[in-house]
Amino acid sequence: MLKAVNKTNLRTLSGLIQRFQSTLVVAEHNNGTLTPITLNAITAASKLGSDVSCLVAGTECTKVAEELSKVKGLKKILVAQHDAYKGALPEDLTPLILATQKQFNFTHICAGASAFGKNLLPRVAAKLDVAPISDIIEIKSADTFVRTIYAGNALSTVKCNEKIKVFTVRGTSFEAAAKEGGSAASEQVSPAPPAGISEWLEQSLTKSDRPELTSAKVVVSGGRGLKSGENFKLLYDLADKLNAAVGASRAAVDAGYVPNDLQVGQTGKIVAPTIVAINKDPEAPIFQVADYGLVADLFKAVPEMTEALKK
Amino acid sequence: MAARVLVGVKRVIDYAVKIRVKPDNTGVVTDGVKHSMNPFCEIAVEEAVRLKEKKLVKEVVAVSCGPQQVQETIRTALAMGADRGIHVEVSGKDYDTLGPLQVSKILAALAKKEEASLVILGKQGTFASEVTIDGDKIKVIREIDGGLETIKINMPAVVTADLRLNTPRYATLPNIMKAKKKKIASVKPGELGVDLTSRLEVLRVEEPAQRQAGVKVETVEDLVGKLKEAGRI
Repeated sequence: MLKAVNKTNLRTLSGLIQRFQSTLVVAEHNNGTLTPITLNAITAASKLGSDVSCLVAGTECTKVAEELSKVKGLKKILVAQHDAYKGALPEDLTPLILATQKQFNFTHICAGASAFGKNLLPRVAAKLDVAPISDIIEIKSADTFVRTIYAGNALSTVKCNEKIKVFTVRGTSFEAAAKEGGSAASEQVSPAPPAGISEWLEQSLTKSDRPELTSAKVVVSGGRGLKSGENFKLLYDLADKLNAAVGASRAAVDAGYVPNDLQVGQTGKIVAPTIVAINKDPEAPIFQVADYGLVADLFKAVPEMTEALKK
Repeated sequence: MAARVLVGVKRVIDYAVKIRVKPDNTGVVTDGVKHSMNPFCEIAVEEAVRLKEKKLVKEVVAVSCGPQQVQETIRTALAMGADRGIHVEVSGKDYDTLGPLQVSKILAALAKKEEASLVILGKQGTFASEVTIDGDKIKVIREIDGGLETIKINMPAVVTADLRLNTPRYATLPNIMKAKKKKIASVKPGELGVDLTSRLEVLRVEEPAQRQAGVKVETVEDLVGKLKEAGRI
């Protein structure tokens, strides 16, 4: 029997298995544009080696579906438009995702590990009676994932033996899928009726013309050393010159210098930029991990840098 | 008035301890390492106790899953103001593989058994930063990526704490003494009809790649030059 399991047979077998696998990416969007993290999730899904489809559920799906139709690597776009999806609440999206999985037999379901994904996929997993895997940073194979544990102080490689794998994807660990070259067709799926147990009331988003923190190429981040919310203006000025987003450490947020959604770090938003540190203490721990370090007083160096960039 | 709130409290490696990976890469070193209540669970307990103080709920029950030692964690919750505790006995291999799927089944079974209208947990799952009870519904303000969102949900409900939900109180000595008299009941997962089998296998645990120190520059001009050269700006 062992003789029969040669290289060719294994290749055929794994090809067969891959053909029976397929992934559903739950798109995050605001009924107008696609949220960038969905593109990172699509790249992650493509590493599983089989077909990737995307589900767009919302009150206004047309533009988002169109954007997705150009994304490279997608086989199908499934669209479910209904007023019940106002607020994109997990209680209403979950029955839709379950029905979609049943219809198309997806073996993998994923979304970006954002507030949206982290709120939604665990419910989907619970209803499927499977263990979800959150915030993966690497895909080793169709059933093996790597994630961080203990606030990033260790990495865990996990094999998932569930029939349906449900997971969220850390956006900064995967490249965004190309937004051109795709040709996926859209297909309507019947929206499930509203669950009626939760109601979305309102949203208050911090308005900003700056790039979104989790997808910005450059982030200018400030900590306790800024000493006040007003002083953050120095960073906003520098960020404008660099077309950067502005972030803050937990200390700065807790001190009330800036709103909560600027927080970066383990309990805030995960960003993965090049780290440039400016600190007047040459022993500051940040210098051990910064890509570039400048020992200087930020109140002098930051305005100087803003000036230098004007040239 | 909502009858009962269940609060999950987890005994974890103290947040200030440096995490060490076992030399055989099977996990993280926990023997002899300081453990405490997960700081997010403290926030959850605090929220539950405040709801009781506002007379919006009648009773706060603290629950923890694990070996004998988790009773210490339950005592801390009792000292913060929880009324009684439930220790779900899980140990050995079962404890090593105990994950969110199993714990959620245990908590769901307990919530049904105890007729809890609200389960509060400390983990950034739904990111609640403000919770108010409005008749037979709960109004929650959530932290989302771009700001805040308000939703109204039926009970029974599960709410998980964001960092900013509250600042937990310190257990005062009189409350610690009072807590010794409060009851902690023990129950086995089997009695709750929960199967602990896990279909996740940890193959390997390792340290992350160390981020290397980079280049020190002398002046702002230097810095801008190097960044431009590297195509970073």
